[in-house]
Amino acid sequence: MRANPLTRAGRGVWIGAVALYFFLPLLALAVYSFWAGGNRYDLSAYAQILKDPNFRQTFGLSLTLAAETIVISLLLVIPAAFWVNLRAPGLRGLLNLLSVLSFVVPPIVLVGGLTSLFRGPEWFVGTPQFLLAGYVVLALPYTYRTLDTGLRALDLQTLSEAAQSLGAGWGTLLWRVILPNVTSAVLGAALLTLAIVLGEFTFANVLLFNTFAVYINNVGQTQGTPAAALSIISLAITWSAMLGLLRFGKGRVALGGAK
Amino acid sequence: MESQPDLTLPPGTALNPQQPLPQRQVRPWGTWATSALFVGPLLTVLLVFLIIPAFAVLVGAFRTDGVEGAPAGFTLQHLRDLAQPQYLAGLKNSVLLSLGSALLGTVVGGLLAYAVLGEGGPLWLRNPLIAFSGVAANFAGVPLALAFVAALGTTGLITRLLSAVGLNLYQHGFSLFTFSGLIVVYTYFQIPLMVVLITPAIDGLRREWREAAENLGASAWQFWRHVGLPILTPALLASLVLLFGNAFSAYATAYALTSGSIPLLPLQIGAVLSGNVLSDPHLGQALALLVIAVMTLTIGLYTWLERLGSRWRQ
Repeated sequence: MRANPLTRAGRGVWIGAVALYFFLPLLALAVYSFWAGGNRYDLSAYAQILKDPNFRQTFGLSLTLAAETIVISLLLVIPAAFWVNLRAPGLRGLLNLLSVLSFVVPPIVLVGGLTSLFRGPEWFVGTPQFLLAGYVVLALPYTYRTLDTGLRALDLQTLSEAAQSLGAGWGTLLWRVILPNVTSAVLGAALLTLAIVLGEFTFANVLLFNTFAVYINNVGQTQGTPAAALSIISLAITWSAMLGLLRFGKGRVALGGAK
Repeated sequence: MESQPDLTLPPGTALNPQQPLPQRQVRPWGTWATSALFVGPLLTVLLVFLIIPAFAVLVGAFRTDGVEGAPAGFTLQHLRDLAQPQYLAGLKNSVLLSLGSALLGTVVGGLLAYAVLGEGGPLWLRNPLIAFSGVAANFAGVPLALAFVAALGTTGLITRLLSAVGLNLYQHGFSLFTFSGLIVVYTYFQIPLMVVLITPAIDGLRREWREAAENLGASAWQFWRHVGLPILTPALLASLVLLFGNAFSAYATAYALTSGSIPLLPLQIGAVLSGNVLSDPHLGQALALLVIAVMTLTIGLYTWLERLGSRWRQ
């Protein structure tokens, strides 16, 4: 049972083998994105991408959708999570059940429900903002869990009583007392949502909206190296957002709905 | 981070969330109305954009539209249509792919988590592994598919390296764009999810149990056979089940990699919904109903097994 050199070596070999499986595809993707035919490697694929107006358009659309999703889900979740922690712990079970429900109804099913339910009006279903319906639902379990963790660490009862006895209403209490105490949770939720929306493919592809992920896939059908470059850009943004989250959220990344 | 540090409480003052909060009212608020104000918007959005759409799928799977004079009403025809060979093939492929990648993910991820997080594992690797797993479990979709094309595609980096040393993958039955390739790619997001899911159970393995077994003369094998594995079994099975559901509902990766050339349930739903194949939208809802049924079963089993396993982690 003691860690003898043989088990230690076996452990090292095993970790190394799995690490290779994880890093080789990323390395191959990076190498391929620099490939310029023959034995030449340069940044031409990246230059080509940056010149493509479709890149700016789809990337801008996905960023806009991400910002809108962040604002909407924070506006919905902060008051709810606050209230559940302060006064209505009985509602926690209901919210957990709804998180589980978003696992049971995955995006490919939810998009089917949304299309059959909402066939109009055109200003709602005809613009990319229709995607927000799915994205907000997709982001809610993550946002709720992150903020719930942040709020649990506070003594909400004392904070609320202190603020209210000084004459603060609910709005002032939420905006000036609670929010400044959970800034890292809010930032974490925002970063996670950004990563989710930027990479989201299912809703946009089925509903035929040209978001960033759909654009990468379309480029990948015909041109290899620009698609690889786009993937590297997408990965860099997603991974820095998630690593930022790990810094702010202190290692709390869990699967939506499942845990 | 805190812009108002005077309001930030020192650690240790946090309320235990398990204890009921003291029911003191500062002012006689209309509690019901206030609850509705705080929680209502969130519940309304979930009702309109999650619950009612899910319900619409459930009902739609049994509905028929009145076309060409036929009356609108309820029918079981769409469920019977699921027995068509292409949908049976889709279901079979989805189950096999989910099961295969879940088994691989459970074994490889479980052993990886134990190698790093278990007793005597390299301490410096602990936090990087947890951080990396949290990120990589969410790294799926188009970029993942393209990364594997660059690595294991017909002219991929690893494919060429291996054929340079005389091993031609594509002559030995492997192809990235078939079932075997999908398993390899899906495992990429299954392993990190397994690490995330199994970490609490591995942290819960107490050193005293191993020491007690050792003092009673047990070998390493006997310890694992009679103590370690039986304790971990519910947690391992719970993770396996969740990994299955995770792969079963995945759409983007398979779509980007195969463009629908391999029948899989989520891809077939997508094809019906986006109008790429001519078929009744109600058939798409019947397919979606099948996914909901499988996911419900999955989460039910997971919850039950999780509860069994967490008895050891008090």
